[in-house]
Amino acid sequence: MSRRHLYFLALSLTLIGLCLFLYKVLVLGFPLTPHGISDIWNVEARITFVAHNKPVKVSLFIPRPTRRFAIVNENFISQGYGITTATEDGDRQAVWSKRKARGQQTIYYRAVVRRVSAKKPGPVLRPPEIENPNFEGPYLAAAQSLIAEIRARSSDVDTLVKELIKQLNKPQLDDHIALLLGKQSSISRKVKIAVGVLAQAGIPARVVHGVRLEEQNHNAPLLHWLEVYDEKQWRSYDPITGESGVPPDYMPWWQGTQELVQLRGGDKLQVTLSVNLNQEEAVRAATESGRIKSPLLLEFSLFSLPIHTQAVYRILLLVPVGAFLLVILRNVVGIKTFGTFMPVLIALAFRETQLLWGIVLFSVVVALGLSIRLYLEHLKLLVVPRLASVLFVVVLLMALLSILTHKLGLERGLSVALFPMVILTMTIERMSIVWEERGATEALQQGLGSLVVAALAHLIMTIKQVEHLTFVFPELLLVLLAGTLLLGRYYGYRLLELRRFKELVKGST
Amino acid sequence: MFGLARQLARMGVLGLNRRNAEYTLRYNPRRLYPLVDDKLATKQLAQRAGIAVPELYGVVEENHQVRSLAEILEQYSDFVVKPAHGSGGDGILIISGRLRQKYREANGLLMSREELGYHVSNTLSGIYSLGGQPDRALIEYRVQPDPLFEAISYQGVPDIRVIVFLGVPVMSMVRLPTRMSGGRANLHQGALGAGIDITNGITLTAVWRNDIVTEHPDTGNTVAGVKVPGWETLLRLASRCYQITGLGYQGVDIVLDKDKGALILELNARPGLNIQIANHSGLLPRLNLVEQNHKRLNGVEERVAFAQKHFGASV
Repeated sequence: MSRRHLYFLALSLTLIGLCLFLYKVLVLGFPLTPHGISDIWNVEARITFVAHNKPVKVSLFIPRPTRRFAIVNENFISQGYGITTATEDGDRQAVWSKRKARGQQTIYYRAVVRRVSAKKPGPVLRPPEIENPNFEGPYLAAAQSLIAEIRARSSDVDTLVKELIKQLNKPQLDDHIALLLGKQSSISRKVKIAVGVLAQAGIPARVVHGVRLEEQNHNAPLLHWLEVYDEKQWRSYDPITGESGVPPDYMPWWQGTQELVQLRGGDKLQVTLSVNLNQEEAVRAATESGRIKSPLLLEFSLFSLPIHTQAVYRILLLVPVGAFLLVILRNVVGIKTFGTFMPVLIALAFRETQLLWGIVLFSVVVALGLSIRLYLEHLKLLVVPRLASVLFVVVLLMALLSILTHKLGLERGLSVALFPMVILTMTIERMSIVWEERGATEALQQGLGSLVVAALAHLIMTIKQVEHLTFVFPELLLVLLAGTLLLGRYYGYRLLELRRFKELVKGST
Repeated sequence: MFGLARQLARMGVLGLNRRNAEYTLRYNPRRLYPLVDDKLATKQLAQRAGIAVPELYGVVEENHQVRSLAEILEQYSDFVVKPAHGSGGDGILIISGRLRQKYREANGLLMSREELGYHVSNTLSGIYSLGGQPDRALIEYRVQPDPLFEAISYQGVPDIRVIVFLGVPVMSMVRLPTRMSGGRANLHQGALGAGIDITNGITLTAVWRNDIVTEHPDTGNTVAGVKVPGWETLLRLASRCYQITGLGYQGVDIVLDKDKGALILELNARPGLNIQIANHSGLLPRLNLVEQNHKRLNGVEERVAFAQKHFGASV
C-alpha cells in the first residue's frame, strides 16, 4: 500500500517536473545550455547610505548607449524618491531626491545592456572644447617639460599618447611625472593626469570609467581608460599597456573626473556594481519571436529576483544536487562520512577555494585542529567549553593560514575563510572521538570518506551545465526529489557491504 | 560485482538498507526506543519483569555529583561505569581493582580519581550518547565471567547476542574479547564473534574483522564446539525481552556470570549484521519464516520451540 503510494508520488513529481521542463524547452524555447546567449547582460548599481532626516539628493552617472552597446531596458528602484534624468556633456545622470529621509536607504539602478555589432564611428564634426587642466607653478613647469620630452620622441598624436602612457607606467618614474602624480599612483589618477597633460599640449582627451561585462560578478571593479580626440574621432587607449582600443567587453559607464555617485544629506555611502549574463532576456527574445507573449511562468520565475538574490539561488539550488549525490554515496555505495550533510557544505566552500586548494586547506585545518583537540584532552575540560576552545582554535588557524598564504603570495589561501567553521569544529570533535574509541584507521577512513564525497559533490556542483539547468529549470529538482524518494526504498545491498559479506559467499561455495 | 550481490541475495543475507527499512523501521516503533536506548530504563524494566540484570550501584546525573564519586565507590573495589545512552560499547569503563588512591582498569592500566571523574563528566555531557544529548553515567556490578569461554577469550567478559524477531530467537553468537578489542566484547572494536547453533547452543565458526576464522587469535584455541549450558533457559530469557519492550526486532545481550548465572546486559534496537558471517548464513530466510508463522505462536515456550526446530545450523 505505502509502496504504491510512494511510486505514485514519485511518478507525479517526475511528470510535473518533466512537463514543465519540456514546456519551457519546446514551447517557450528556453535555452538548454549556458552557451549562445552571451550578448545581453544585466548591470546593476546598488547605492546604500544613511540619511539623517534631512533633504536627500543622490546623483548617479548612468551608462549611455554607445556604438558598441545598446541599453535595452532601465529601472530606477527606490522608495519614495523623485527621479529625474539628464544628459550633460555626453554623460547621463540620474538624480534621486527626497524631502525627508531617515535611516538606511537603498537605491538600485538596473539596466539591460545588449552588445550591438560595432558600426564604423561617424566623424565627430565639432572638435570638443579643451578643459583647462589648471596646472600651476611647479606643476605647470613639470607638465610643459614632460610634453616637450614626449613630443620630441613622437611623430603624431597616436605615438605621443602611447609615449605618455609608457612614461606614466615606468617602474622608475622621472621627476616630472612623480611630481604630477603625487603620492597615489592608481590607474584612475594616471588617466586623469594624462588628460591634463594632453590638454596642456592642446589635445582633447577624457577619462572614461566603465565595467567589464563578465558572466557573473556581484562586486565588479570600476575600470578606467583614456580617450583621445584625433582625426575627427575619439580613440581609446589602455592606460597600462598604451595600446589603442579597449577589449570588446569593456562597457563605458561615464566620463570625466567626477565621482560615480554624489550624495547630499546622508553619509556612509556605499556603491556596488554588479554584472551578470542575462539569460532571461535571451529567453524573452526567444519567446517574443515565437508564439506566446509574456508567459506567466516568466513573471514568477527566479529571474524576477534582484541580481544579488539570483546569485544566491544559483548556488542554493545546487545544494539538493549535492544532497542527492550524498544519498547515493551513503545508501547505495555505503561510504561513511562525518555528519550527514557536512560534505555538501564543504563542497560549497570548495566553490570559492577551488578543489585542490580546498582539499589542502581542509586537511591542514582539520589536522592541526585535531592535534590541538588531542592536546586539550589532557586538560580534562567539560565538553561545551572544550568544543568552544576548538572553535576558537579553528578560527585562529584559519586567520593564520590566510596571513601565511598571503605572505607567500598564494592568494587562494585567503579563501580558507569561507569554510564553515562550526562544521569544521564538529568534524574535528567527532573525528577525535572516533579516533579515541575506534582507532586512527577508522577516523582517517571516515575523514577521507567525507573528503572524497565533498570532492565528488564539488565536481558535480561546478559543472556549468548543471548550474544552468537547476537555475533555469528548477522544476528538474522535483525529478531529483522523486529519485531521492525512491532511493529511500532501496533495500538492496550497499556496494561496500558486498566486500564485507564476501567471506560468506566464499565459504559456501 | 552483481554476481556477488546475487549470491548474497540467494543466501538471504540481510543488508543495512533492508534491515533499516523492513525490520527496524517497521517493527520497532520510535516511541519504544527510549526503553532500550536508556540502559537505566532497560534495567528497571527488566527488574520489574523479574529478569536478572547486573546490580546497579549508583547513578551520576549531575556534574556536581562527580566530586562525591569517591564516596559512592568507597565500598566497591570492582565495578563498571557506562553511559546510559551509549552505543556500540563506547564509553564503557571497567574497573577491576584498586591500588591505594588509584583504580585499576580491566586492561591493567591505572587511573587516577581525576581521570575517572573526567570520564564520568564527559559521559554526562553526552559525548558517548547517540545524539550528543546530556547523559547519565551508571555504575554497576562487574560481571565475573563464567569459565566456560575462558579458553577462547582474552580478558574481559564474553557476551551472548541473540537476535529476537517477534519473540522468536532467530540467530545467536557469542562475542569473545581479544587483545585487539582491549577486553571489550564489541565486534567493531576487534572482538571475535562465534555463531551459536540455536538448536543446541553449540558454538560454530567465528568472524573476526569481517573474516572467518576457526581459532581465537590470542589463545589459539578452537572456537567451535563449546556448548553453552542451560541454552534453553537462555533462549527463553531472550524471548521474554520481546514481551517487556515490545520491540519486534532486537538484539539481546546476555552475559553468563560465575555466580549469578545469565544476566541481561543490554538490549539493542539496531543490532548489527556481522552475526550473519559468524553463523555462516543469512538472516532473511529465518525472518521470513517467523513473519509467516508468528501469529500461531503463543508464549515464550512455543516461540523457543519453533526456533529450536527450524533454526539449527544445518538448516
